[in-house]
Amino acid sequence: MLNQNLKLNPKLFDEDVTQEPTRAGFGTGLMHLGETNPNVVVLSADLTGSTQANKFAEKFPERFFQTGVAEQNMAAVAAGLGVTGKIAFISSYATFSPGKNWETIRTTAVYNEANVKIAGHHSGVMTGPDGATHQATEDIAITRCWPNMHVYVPCDAIEAKKATIASTNINTAVYLRYSRDKTPIITTDETPFKVGKVQTFWVNENPKVTIFATGYMLYYALLAAKELEEEKLQVLVVNVATVKPLDNEGIIQAARDSQAVVTVEDHQVEGGMGSAIAELLAKTTPLPIEFIGLQNTFAESGTPKELIEKYGMDAKAIKEAVKRVIRRKS
Amino acid sequence: MVADLPQEKIKELKLKANAARQLVIETLTQTGGSGHTAGPLGMADIFTAFYFHILNHDPKKPELPDRDRLILSNGHICPIRYVSMAQAGYFPLEELKTLRHLNSRLQGHPHRTALPGLETTSGPLGEGLSQGVGIALAGRLDKKDYYTYVLTSDGEHEEGNTWEAAMMAGKEKLHHLIQVIDYNNIQIDGKVEDVMPLEPFRAKYDAFNWHTIDIPGNDIETFVKAIQEAQTVTDKPIIIIARTIPGKGVSFMENDYRWHGVPPKPEEAEKALAELKAEEEKIKSE
Repeated sequence: MLNQNLKLNPKLFDEDVTQEPTRAGFGTGLMHLGETNPNVVVLSADLTGSTQANKFAEKFPERFFQTGVAEQNMAAVAAGLGVTGKIAFISSYATFSPGKNWETIRTTAVYNEANVKIAGHHSGVMTGPDGATHQATEDIAITRCWPNMHVYVPCDAIEAKKATIASTNINTAVYLRYSRDKTPIITTDETPFKVGKVQTFWVNENPKVTIFATGYMLYYALLAAKELEEEKLQVLVVNVATVKPLDNEGIIQAARDSQAVVTVEDHQVEGGMGSAIAELLAKTTPLPIEFIGLQNTFAESGTPKELIEKYGMDAKAIKEAVKRVIRRKS
Repeated sequence: MVADLPQEKIKELKLKANAARQLVIETLTQTGGSGHTAGPLGMADIFTAFYFHILNHDPKKPELPDRDRLILSNGHICPIRYVSMAQAGYFPLEELKTLRHLNSRLQGHPHRTALPGLETTSGPLGEGLSQGVGIALAGRLDKKDYYTYVLTSDGEHEEGNTWEAAMMAGKEKLHHLIQVIDYNNIQIDGKVEDVMPLEPFRAKYDAFNWHTIDIPGNDIETFVKAIQEAQTVTDKPIIIIARTIPGKGVSFMENDYRWHGVPPKPEEAEKALAELKAEEEKIKSE
C-alpha cells in the first residue's frame, strides 16, 4: 500500500488524478528562488517558454540571459557567473545540454567547481512526437559519471520544485532532469524531500521484490505494485529521486528486505539509475536484478503512452519483470 | 585607467620579460619531456605587462573582490602564466619546477581550484571567452568596476564556441571585457593560415560589434597603449589583436610551428638560454 507516512497524494490512482509536467516544478522553483535569493541567475538557449524559465525572465529581466541557440556558450557563461558569486541555472533540452555541451560543462562547471545548475528538459521517450533526436535517454549516464556531481530526477512537479530549490544548497554543479509531458502528481507539499535519501513509497510486510524507480516512471512502478497486490504479490516501490549521491544504506536495506530487484527508468539501461544500483549491490548485496528502460535502442515519434508501451516500460512490462526476477531468486 | 609607462619602467619590464623567458625555458626542461614552448615565449611581453603594470591585483590577496580578472583561455601556454605569477609573488619561484609533476599545484593545463590566482580551469579550447562574458556580466550585476581580460589564441578561433561568445559579448555591450588574442599563426598541425584561414580576422570582429585594435604583439609600450585605448571604449567589448612571434627571443624557435607543443631538450635549452642571456645584456646596456 501507499506509504501514508509520506503524505502522498491520496487520489493517485483515481482516473482524474491531477497531472502536470515536472518542468512546471522547475518554473515554480525558479520563481521561489528568484524571490528569495538575489544571486540566482538564469540562462536560456532559445527555449525559455518550453523549459518554463519564462516567468523568471519576465519578473527578473536583469538576472536572465538569453544566449541564443548556443549551448556551449550558455554553459561556459554560466560557469563565469558561477565563479563570481552567482548561482547560475542553464535551461535547455537535455539532448543539447548536457548533451551537446558535455565537455564544456565537464571542464568549466564540474571540474572548475563553478556554481552551475544544469536543467535538462524533455527527458526520456515521454518527450513523445518530437522523436528520438529530442528524447534525452543518456543524460543520467553522462552526468552521474562526473566526480562529486549531484543528479536529481524528481518524480512529479511538486518534487521538481523541491529539487530545484534544494540544488542551491550546494555551491557546485547539479544536474536536474525534467520532462515535457504531463504526469500524475504523486507527492504533496508535505512529502519530505532529502538529497541523497531514497523513500519507500509502496510498503509491504513481506515483499518479494523491491522496485527502484526514478522520475515520473515512479507512477508506472506504483501502478504495477497496486496491480500485483491484487494478485497477492507483495513488492516495495522505492523513489530514487537522487541518483547521485546515491543513498547506499537505504538502497541496500530495501534490496535486502526482498532479495530481488527491478529498476525502472525512462533512460537507456546502460549507465542509468539501474546501473548505479547494480554497481552498488554487486559490491555489497549480490542478488538478481531486472532492468526496465530502453534496451540498446533509440525510440521514435509517438504519444508518450504508445512509446512507454512499445519500448517495454509500462506497468505491464514492470509486472513481467517482477515475475521474471522472482523466478531467478535462489 | 592604466597609467602611462615611464621610460625607466619600460626597460625594467623588458628585463622582466627576458627573465620570464629564461624561467620558461628552465621550467620546461624539468617537465620530463612534455609541455608547450612557442606560445609562452611569444606571450612573455604581454604577461609581463599585465602582472607588472596593467592588472589591479594583489598577489597576497588573490581573492580580492575588486581585482581585475585575467583569464587564460588557451590554457596550454600556462608556463608563462605560472612564471609571471611566481615573479609577481603569488608563489615561490622554486615551485615552478613542479610543473606537470605529481602533487603539484601547477597542473599541465591550469586548474582554478588548484592554485589561488587562477580565475578559470582551461585547456579545452574555445571556452575562455564565454567564461569571461559570465564574469563580466557578474561584474555588471554587482556594479563593480573591474576589467575582465581574456587571453585567447588564433587557433582556438576555429572553435564555434568562441564565436558564440563573441556574439553574446557584442549583444551585451560588455565594455569591461577586453580580449587579447595571441595571434601567432601557428597551431599543432601547422600554420593557422593553412589549417583553417581566419583572415580577414579584424573585419570579423568589427562585424560582431567589437571595438578592434591591431598591434604588433611583442612591444610592451605599444601593448599598454592599446589597453589604454580599450579602456576608453564605453559601448562595446574590445579585442586587441596582438600579432606575436611564437618562440620569441630564441632564434631557432621563432615562427616554427614544430615548437608549439614540445619542450626543449637539454642542449637546445642551453642554446636558448645563451641567446636570452645575450639579449638580457643588450637590454641592460641600452
